[in-house]
Parts: sequence; C-alpha cells; structure tokens
Amino acid sequence: MSTTLSPAPAPLFPAASRRPRAKTSPPSMKKARSAPMADRIFGWLAKGAAIFTLATLAAILVSLTISAWPAIDKYGLGFLTSTTWDPVAEEFGGLVMIYGTLMTSFIALLIAVPVSFGIALFLTELSPSWLKRPLGTAIELLAAVPSIVYGMWGLLVFSPILSTYVQQPLQAWFGDVPVLGALFSGPPVGIGILSAGIILAIMIIPFIASVMRDVFEVTPTLLKESAYGLGSTTWEVVSKVVLPYTKAGVIGGIMLGLGRAIGETMAVTFVIGNFNQLDSLSLFQAANSITSALANEFAEAGAGMHQAALMYLGLVLFFITFVVLTLSKLLLSQLKKKEGART
Amino acid sequence: MTTGERLLRQAALEETRRARYAQRKLVNHIALTLSLLAMAFGLFWLFWILLETVRLGVGGLTMATLTEMTPPPNDVGGLANAMYGSFLMVMLATFVGTPIGILAGIYLAEFESKGWLANTTRFVNDILLSAPSIVIGLFVYAVIVAQFKAFSGWAGAIALALIVIPVVIRTTENMLQLIPAGLREAAYALGAPKWKVILSITLKAARAGVVTGVMLAVARIAGETAPLLFTALNNQFWTSSLSEPMASLPVTIFKFAMSPYENWQKLAWAGVLLITLAVLGLNIAARIFTRTK
Repeated sequence: MSTTLSPAPAPLFPAASRRPRAKTSPPSMKKARSAPMADRIFGWLAKGAAIFTLATLAAILVSLTISAWPAIDKYGLGFLTSTTWDPVAEEFGGLVMIYGTLMTSFIALLIAVPVSFGIALFLTELSPSWLKRPLGTAIELLAAVPSIVYGMWGLLVFSPILSTYVQQPLQAWFGDVPVLGALFSGPPVGIGILSAGIILAIMIIPFIASVMRDVFEVTPTLLKESAYGLGSTTWEVVSKVVLPYTKAGVIGGIMLGLGRAIGETMAVTFVIGNFNQLDSLSLFQAANSITSALANEFAEAGAGMHQAALMYLGLVLFFITFVVLTLSKLLLSQLKKKEGART
Repeated sequence: MTTGERLLRQAALEETRRARYAQRKLVNHIALTLSLLAMAFGLFWLFWILLETVRLGVGGLTMATLTEMTPPPNDVGGLANAMYGSFLMVMLATFVGTPIGILAGIYLAEFESKGWLANTTRFVNDILLSAPSIVIGLFVYAVIVAQFKAFSGWAGAIALALIVIPVVIRTTENMLQLIPAGLREAAYALGAPKWKVILSITLKAARAGVVTGVMLAVARIAGETAPLLFTALNNQFWTSSLSEPMASLPVTIFKFAMSPYENWQKLAWAGVLLITLAVLGLNIAARIFTRTK
C-alpha cells in the first residue's frame, strides 16, 4: 500500500554501461519514499481524534479531582462513612447517597437478572424465528425510551399504584414480623428505595437481556446438539451446557447493567424522595442516591464546601462506574476469545 | 436370581426412570413457562409506559403548546422556547461531535487497528459510552461554566457533544470493519492515496451505517437531561443566544413535572410525548434504514 518504487536495478552487464546511454535517471527517491502531504495530514487528524477521546477521560478525572479537592482535603476517606449532610453548617458526608445508590442498584439487579435471563432464553430457544426480530426490537425500544419518561411515568403513574397495591398490603401482612417488618416499615407512599429500584430494573432489563442473548447465540451449536442427542430437555441444555459456556459473558452483561443502574439520574431523581438521612433499613423509606443528590442540589449549591462535597460524590460515582465497566469489559472480552475456539 | 425377582427389579427400575423423566419434563415446562412470563413482563412495561405517555400527553398537544412560551404556574402557555433550545443544542452537538467521532472511528478501523493507541481508545470509548451523563455535566461545569462564570447554551451543547462522540465512534468503527478488504485493495491497486480510499470509497460504502449511528446518537441526546441541568440550566423566556442559559425540553419537563401545578404537569406530559415520539421515531427509522440498505 505504499507508493515507493524499488530503486533501479544494479547493472547486470558491466560491459553495457560503457556504451553511450541516454541521459535518463531513476525517479527522485525523496518524493517516492515519503507519503504525500494529504495522507500525512489525514493520518494526524484521525490520530488526533482518537487521542481526543483519551484526553477527555483524563480531563474528566483531573477536573473532578481538582474541583473536589477542598472536600477531599477536609474529609479524606471519612467522607464515605459519614451520614451528616448539613449545607448550613457546611458539614458533609456521603454515606446516605452511597447507600441509596448501592441499595437501589442491588434491588434493580435482583429483579432484572432473572427477568433478562428469561427473556434471553425465550428469544434464543423458544420463540419462532419470525417472532425473534420484532420481540428483540421491542425489548431494545425499552432501552431507547429516555430516562426522563421513566421518571415522570414512575412518579405520576407507577408510584400511586405501587403504594396502593403493593406497599400497603405488604405493610399490613409483614409489618409485625420481627426482622422482615423492618424492611417494610416506612411510609407506604410509593416513593423511596423500592420504587427507584423497580424502575431501575425495568430500565436495565434491555441491556442485560441483549448481552445475554448475544452470548447465548455464540454457543457452538455442536455442543447443544450433542446434549439434545443424549436426550436432554431444553432447560437442561441451557442450564448445563449454554450457561457454563457463557458464564463470563453473562456476568459481564450483568455488570454492564449494574454500571447503567449506578449512573442513572433522572428516573431515580423523580421517585427516590430526596431525603438526606439514613434512619432505617426500610425499603419504603425515601432516600437519596449520588445522582439524585447531584441533580437536585448542584445547580444551587454555593461555590465552596457544598459544591466541593458534591463534586467529591461525583468523583466517587465515576470511580465506581469505571471499576464496574472495566470488569464488565474484561469478562466480555474473555468470552470473545473463546469464540471460534475448537470445542 | 429367579425370573420373578428379575422382573420385579426391572419394573422398579422402569418406575424410577419414568418418575425421573416426568420430573425432568416438569422442570423443563416450569422453566420455559417462566421464560415466557419474563418476556411478557418486559413487554408489559414497555406497552404500559408508552400507553400512559400517549394517553396523558396527547391532550396537551395543542397548537398553543407548540407556539407559546413556558408559562408561570397556573397560566396558559406552551413549550416553544424549550423545543427551540433543545433543537439548537442538539444540532450544535451533532455538528461538533460527528466529525470528531467519525475521524476517531476511521482511525480505529483503518489505521493500526491492533496497536496500543487503538486498543486503549476502544477501551476508553466503551467506558465513556456507558458513563453516567451527569458526570459529563459536572466536567463541563467545572471546565466551562465555572471559568466563564455563566451558564450558557454553548456549555450545554458541548456536554451533549461529549455524549455523541462515543456513540458515533462505536458505530463508525463497526460499520467500517464490515466493508470487505477487497474493495479497499482494488482502490489501492488503482493508485489512490490512503485518504482518498478511506473518504471516497470505504466511508462512502459504509455511509448507511454511519448515518444510522448518527441518528442513534441524536436520539440519545434528544432525551438527555442530566448533562443540561447545570450547564445550560433553564430559561423561562425565549432566547436564541447561546451565551445565555437556554431552555431545553427535558430540563423544562423536569422542572414542571416535580411541581404541584396542574397546567405545568399537563405541559410536562405533552413534552414527554414529544420527546418519546422523536426518540422512538429516530430509533425505528434507523433500524429500517439499516435493513433496507
């Protein structure tokens, strides 16, 4: 693909060089060996754009750290374990938000993982082939719906229904049970950790389901057919052949969903209640997550410790997301390496 | 062993085999039914959300909504300035982000696609693709808003551009990799320089996919609220100047929906319906586009 020309061949017949020859010279080497200017410029532009991406990530980390520095300096790692959040007295601690983020994401995973597994199983093994594409598209449309739609629907349509048909009965039945009752003890108004967790679950189902479906589809058909040939039922093939083969990919998909759930802002902000205290372990309690605290408070936070504390929270969020997404990529690439391997 | 004993043992074995097979069949049936229920569960949420959005939003979609400014509480008005602000910022973000994204995608697919820089860029790009968009908003705030001491439409557009770039990089790279090597080699054999091969041949062949990627990116940023919350802020009045805080549809919906005022909530539902129609329309159009080409 280079445009260099080979140099003129060495004279094979020395006697021929004594004959009078025409004054032609081989083409200029300088022009032929270096790439034309346009190619070089284009290469630099493309490379520069790639470096721009790296620079963006670095810049995000650096700028967040610099902005959060007053808070990091004052609180250090103790910020992550303190529950005070007092903008007036300028005392901050991130545990309430971190708990909110982790708890809602945990509930979301608890609901989303089995459902996504069921959807992936249906799409790969059960559904007739003419139904696969429309159903797959429908599930992916769930991912396309903007999160503000989820938030508004969650607040104005879902929460009242959750409150009347789920939370109040749960509280009536389990309220007096010693340990379980503590989980259901808060105000059953449809806002809080449970609400946010359920809506997050609906949001991350399409991501986990599509990764699971992709990894289920790359299982070698030979393996599955051998199992069927030995008389396995569909469920046995999936649970004993497909799942062990794809377990790295499945976990990678789950981590991808977790990464999305942790970073989700608008849907959570609408239904989590914006309550900066950690009083009880109840699922019905209003709470705050890192993203909802940022969304609610940042625009009005005074420059100073309040803003620095919020930036510190943003840095913690970015760090957690970075770790989860890196793990997800490593697991998914592990599965990619097995693709095409002989079994 | 007598014949009788042998027959009895055989019958017992058959019985266990039948029971075990029946149990396996039952487990299989339960698992497959649960998977069908899971599918129905997922679809149920999709249809419920879409239905409610249409039901509650269609009433607010009047001519007034599309032409009047955002009103104070308990007053008549519309969403015109929010729609215009969204439109401006999304267009600007797309114009800024798409070239950078396409160039980086070209680098990843055409130049040294296995090298150190390419692998790291792919990794970082996937991180940025799924990174919380509110962190992007914080970054743009720290770098632009805090420096210029003003919220502005420019900051909002830049935050959205930073979300467009990873999406475009990913789709461009995937689409370029699908182009067969024979096409490139034919062009090189005819003596075309590398930049011409890439721009006039490879990119042109992949243009359907690249356009789809851009459409998906636009669909994504059309619905993004968090990066605009503290970069472009919000504006009750009409502004076409990008150096001022600018209203945008998602942020306006956020403000209106969490309020206790009836007219604001109605406008918020209308806005939600508009955004959903735009985003889903773009997504479905992108799918049809890739399928027909």
